[in-house]
Amino acid sequence: MNNLELKKTANEVRKSIITAVHSAKAGHPGGSLSAADIYTYLYFEEMNINPENPKMEDRDRFVLSKGHTAPGLYSVLAHRGFFPVEDLVTLRKLGSYLQGHPCMQHVPGVDMSSGSLGQGISAAVGMALAGKMDKKDYRVYTLLGDGELEEGQVWEASMFAGHRKLDNLVVIVDNNGLQIDGPVAEVCSPYPIDEKFKAFNFHVINIDAHDFDAIRAAFEQARKTKGMPTAIIAHSLKGKGVSFMEGSVDWHGKAPNDEQFETAMADLEKIGEELLKEEA
Amino acid sequence: MAENTVKKIATRESYGNALLELGAENPNVVVLDADLAAATKTGVFKKAYPDRHIDCGIAESNMVGVAAGLATAGKIPFVSSFAMFAAGRAFEQVRNSVGYPHLNVKIGATHAGITVGEDGASHQCNEDIALMRTIPGMVVMCPADDIEAKAAVKAAAAYEGPVYMRFGRAACPVINDRPDYQFEIGKGTIVKEGKDLTIAATGICVGSALEAAALLEEEGISAEVINICTIKPLDEQIIIASARKTGKVVTAEEHSVIGGLGSAVCDALCKSYPVPVMKIGMQDVFGESGSAAALVEKYKLDGKGIYEQIKDFLK
Repeated sequence: MNNLELKKTANEVRKSIITAVHSAKAGHPGGSLSAADIYTYLYFEEMNINPENPKMEDRDRFVLSKGHTAPGLYSVLAHRGFFPVEDLVTLRKLGSYLQGHPCMQHVPGVDMSSGSLGQGISAAVGMALAGKMDKKDYRVYTLLGDGELEEGQVWEASMFAGHRKLDNLVVIVDNNGLQIDGPVAEVCSPYPIDEKFKAFNFHVINIDAHDFDAIRAAFEQARKTKGMPTAIIAHSLKGKGVSFMEGSVDWHGKAPNDEQFETAMADLEKIGEELLKEEA
Repeated sequence: MAENTVKKIATRESYGNALLELGAENPNVVVLDADLAAATKTGVFKKAYPDRHIDCGIAESNMVGVAAGLATAGKIPFVSSFAMFAAGRAFEQVRNSVGYPHLNVKIGATHAGITVGEDGASHQCNEDIALMRTIPGMVVMCPADDIEAKAAVKAAAAYEGPVYMRFGRAACPVINDRPDYQFEIGKGTIVKEGKDLTIAATGICVGSALEAAALLEEEGISAEVINICTIKPLDEQIIIASARKTGKVVTAEEHSVIGGLGSAVCDALCKSYPVPVMKIGMQDVFGESGSAAALVEKYKLDGKGIYEQIKDFLK
């Protein structure tokens, strides 16, 4: 996909995030929107996956360590063809396979159940280790929140991954700067994030999380990096794409009401129209 | 039988030895440790299969998560640490990264209970059975001796799903050395038949219960002793059938009386055949430093201690 196609897809993913969270009347739109471009690049460009065969043996793996942004993961999986886009409105509802946090037993394409922060990265490390032990060439990706870095287990896992030189592992930090109680820098600062991962023997790349050229270059660099895992610190905007959600901590874990939903969708429609103009 | 003629082996040794055999049988078996391979006795596996032994350092939470990831890729990970850290420190990782996705991870928890001895209360885990049995789908086993421990490890490897196995630090008598011995997950065994009361015991308390039963027998009291290795799923049938025969049940475990075997047995009895039950175990207290033998005597988990408590119960 070229950048324009990626942008258009990411915009559709964002619309689905808003639609799903609005339907659920609960969920986490802010961190789903901030990571939408990363999700889109991973599932439409980077990863070797097969929606027809989600458990394909030597597929690349993705673990959503920041499991609360499941609406983002579900939306991209649906648009990639793992399950019907129409099912997204069942998010968080009784009987739906789209649980509030990802459940690997029920959602096609979900490689690991997650939601309790700090745990996903360890599972991703285990997957990467299995790949090394079996001399397979699949790659493992995990997405963390910046607030999540406050969990000690993240650093246990990073120490292990650096020590084991797991160059088939890419840790992506969605650095939108906000957590429930406020800015991460004020709550319990994880900064400097890049220096911390460097100290744990990672190759570290800082990028703009909404620039597909930068995203592409980072993942290409990660592939070429040998003997150490890569950490991509993706500097993002929480709520990206929806005017009143952008940069606002209030939209970490809240659903838009009907009126807000209309405004949000209008914002995204407008972005879509601009992308069409760009195409023409 | 004279004490000095009985063969004694710590079940943590059995764990290591069984892993060594499994290593040869199944290339997918991998063993994880958190800097305690010398103590968990997995060292023999590490020596034989260095490429399949993963030392995670002193980071049990990450170790459990790494095991979960390995299991998603078809490995059969045996996570090894002290019960305090495997079930205690890493409880939520076991619950969310292993139990909830029902991954094929085996937890080998050594140094359970007070027989840890001199290290004292900080390392004496009397809560692990309670913690682990609340996790849906988790198999919980506490073998009584070397033979049962090895059988339990083999059975865990053959079973698809999460399993928690509890082993001890101190050598304990071999009581299952007989040609017709068979092991099955979820099956209790009557190790001594009786008619006046039932003693359901697990782990090292099975040996103690047999000693207590012998003392009771001298006074004309016939105790039936049931070895419950699998606390979850519990063999409810064997307990209820015995309770119907004897009308009284005693449980014995090297674990808190809150949430362990005693609670599991009461759960089973209260729904179909309620009878008086006495729970022998750690009575809602922490342990302390001392030799394993001295602690077992002080907390009345040896044959004499169980005998005395049963005598009180029968008054």
